[in-house]
Amino acid sequence: MGFFDSMKVMLGAEPQRTVGKTPEAIALHEAKRQIKGAEKAREIKLQHSKKASNKWRNIRWATLIIVNLLFVLSFRFDVQLVEGALTASRVVGFHFADLNSALQVMLAYKHILINLVIGTTTVLLLWLLLGGRSFCSWVCPYHLLSELAEKVHLMLSMRRLVMNYPLHRGTRSVLYVVFALLALISGYTVFESISPTGILSRAMIYGPGLAVIWVGGLLVYEVFFIRRMWCRYICPIGLTYGFVGSISPVRVKYDLHNCLHEGDCRKVCLVPHVLECTKKSYAEDVQVTIGADCTRCGACVDACPTGSLKFDIKGMDKLL
Amino acid sequence: MSAPDEVKTVRPLSSKKTRREILRSVAMGGAVVGASLFGFFPTIKKWTPRLRPPGAIAEDDFLAACIKCGQCVQVCPVEAIRLGDLDEGFGVGVPFVDARSQACDFSCDAVQCILACPTGALAQEIDKKEQVRMGLARLDKPGRCLARQGKGIKGPARGPKFEGIHRIEKIDRWKPVKMASYDYDLELCDLCVRECPIKGAISLEPMPEDPTGFKRTPVVHEPCTGCGMCEMICPVEPAVIVIDIRRKWGDV
Repeated sequence: MGFFDSMKVMLGAEPQRTVGKTPEAIALHEAKRQIKGAEKAREIKLQHSKKASNKWRNIRWATLIIVNLLFVLSFRFDVQLVEGALTASRVVGFHFADLNSALQVMLAYKHILINLVIGTTTVLLLWLLLGGRSFCSWVCPYHLLSELAEKVHLMLSMRRLVMNYPLHRGTRSVLYVVFALLALISGYTVFESISPTGILSRAMIYGPGLAVIWVGGLLVYEVFFIRRMWCRYICPIGLTYGFVGSISPVRVKYDLHNCLHEGDCRKVCLVPHVLECTKKSYAEDVQVTIGADCTRCGACVDACPTGSLKFDIKGMDKLL
Repeated sequence: MSAPDEVKTVRPLSSKKTRREILRSVAMGGAVVGASLFGFFPTIKKWTPRLRPPGAIAEDDFLAACIKCGQCVQVCPVEAIRLGDLDEGFGVGVPFVDARSQACDFSCDAVQCILACPTGALAQEIDKKEQVRMGLARLDKPGRCLARQGKGIKGPARGPKFEGIHRIEKIDRWKPVKMASYDYDLELCDLCVRECPIKGAISLEPMPEDPTGFKRTPVVHEPCTGCGMCEMICPVEPAVIVIDIRRKWGDV
């Protein structure tokens, strides 16, 4: 998928089946089409030798908890390692500012604040290196709670107790503009008053308040009505980091060779539209890098029985 | 894990389903924006007027410029700064001082909260406590003032259960102590003047109608920064002296 297509899909467009495939991809698709019957069964059996693991999920959850604990403990024990909350902080004295929070503040306050520019640049560079939306899955505390809510949702859904009513993915893009305009026109950081990321981060560090009820309500709604509603269809923070991630060297890479096109990856993915290339005969090349909206959570890497999805760092193979 | 979501997901297969999805999205998007706009009520109607930390810029600008990170909370040695909750509208996560329960007594001297602020919501131009203007102290219920009644105070200023802390020079220049652990023994209560951290901000003056008597009345002067130390230490319940938030010298 090209850069602009990846952007369009992130903003809400349906992923298109690419027309111009490379000759290698065409040959491989054709070869896969030829494998039939007993031969295919043997092939599948062979490929499934790798069991789905929780490796990346465990690493990611540990990272998420450690990062948030650093904030909490460094205040609790007054060690001044990480001061502040996820919206803005000082990490061993260096200014860090969440890109979306900083944007909202600048739109509402309409001043260029030098410390904020420094903090924003630091964080921008950090997440450029680390994969953009990796902020969502590796740091945001709401993501973890939402993952647990998703598990409950899927459990209830398996027993046919709940249904998922998905929204249009363009909702997030519209809300992004709405919240930016609201900040600009009203002069208040309107989104910050409902952002579960900020609310949870502050609740952990400074103690919970009434605002956590709002977050609880969101989670309950996600369990009963819309799977991963906030992260998929609403949160502007995700889109902000998505833009950063579009040019990040850290991404997931898909390899067509061994893929059985069974779609285990799309079932566990927060943003399955980025995995369109894994559908049978969809991949435009033998290797495809996954689009900007990907949160680099590694769920697909864990789920893939054939190792066709892997973390990749652009240019690393040339360096080594 | 093979999730069964695809089966039970309402897929937008027909245009009717797509239309439903769009309608749901509009409704949900509207609901989220609506929820965020609830913040306007407490903010504009000023349901919860708050005393802001030292150096806070004008209230509307303050709400806009504050990035709601609480770094000011973390540096305050007397833990005077707290963060706003849902009932404060756009003041969610914005710092304030509840002077009666824990006032800023400028224990840090260098206005640490201002230095900690990453966005200049606490204005960086201020580098001395004397420059701070949070509000102004005012005698709210003069009739109940102990000094005006000629009464003294024995024991801790706010009783043995009060949680507030305060730096008392005689005990430790840097480490604040629990107010409940410090006993006063004064013939005439002068706590608001005695513990005021700003020189010349408040004084005890003879009563105008009885200039030679024992009774005295607290008088607030222009240097008052509105830190709220006098409101916190006032032994009368509720406090005789209070801070008028953001009032400036000369304002009515």
